[in-house]
Amino acid sequence: MSLRSPLGRALGLGAAGAGTEHWLGQRLSAVAMVPLTLWFASSLLTLPSLDFYSVTAWAASPLHSVLLILLVVALVYHSSLGTQVVAEDYVHASGRRAIVLIVLRLLHVGLAVAGIFAVFLIATRAPL
Amino acid sequence: MSQVSRPLSPHLQVYRWQISNTLSILHRLTGVALAFGGLALVAWLLALASGQAAFTGANALLGSLVGQLALVGWTFCFFYHLCNGLRHLAWDAGHGFDREVARKSGIGVVVAAVLLTAVFWAVALTRVAA
Repeated sequence: MSLRSPLGRALGLGAAGAGTEHWLGQRLSAVAMVPLTLWFASSLLTLPSLDFYSVTAWAASPLHSVLLILLVVALVYHSSLGTQVVAEDYVHASGRRAIVLIVLRLLHVGLAVAGIFAVFLIATRAPL
Repeated sequence: MSQVSRPLSPHLQVYRWQISNTLSILHRLTGVALAFGGLALVAWLLALASGQAAFTGANALLGSLVGQLALVGWTFCFFYHLCNGLRHLAWDAGHGFDREVARKSGIGVVVAAVLLTAVFWAVALTRVAA
């Protein structure tokens, strides 16, 4: 028998005994992306040109590289959580659902690594 | 457990179509479209990392008719998902649940998304022309 009150045991735990991480992660990444996406969109509009040299010079500055990596991470994480819920809702057969969820998660991990590595390459390329 | 084919909520065949469920479905659809937008963003960054030829090719692809349609679509999806996401965050904080408020904020989100998309492309096209 536990001496903890029923409320104390229930706080922070849903019916599954866990699971607030998904909900919180979705909101946290959403809040992070409000400034990040608006910065990215306004940067595209204000860059002197969208040719290779202007975009490289812009993306390679340390501040912009960090912001781009943060954008990629928040976006891919948010997308991973969101598409996971869509798959859980619409793919009913449990075997097929497991495969879809695994493929989605691996694709998102790959996407995040590719995005971060791309920004790293852009930032470390010889200064123009 | 035996499978009983009961009708499942929200009973699409009897559910009265209204702004709240339409916008909810649109939030999910735009989210899925934006997941592909994220794929395009990473591909664009990879092209930039690969060098001038790859980046010029990627920009030519985005500048084609299909590419431009996709960009306009992603822009609308982005502004809609952003505005409706802020509406969701307000709900999460416990605000705006009254039926009339939720209806008005829903209309506001659609209007804002259309306006922001129009302003974005007006600025973008002005800069291309200049």
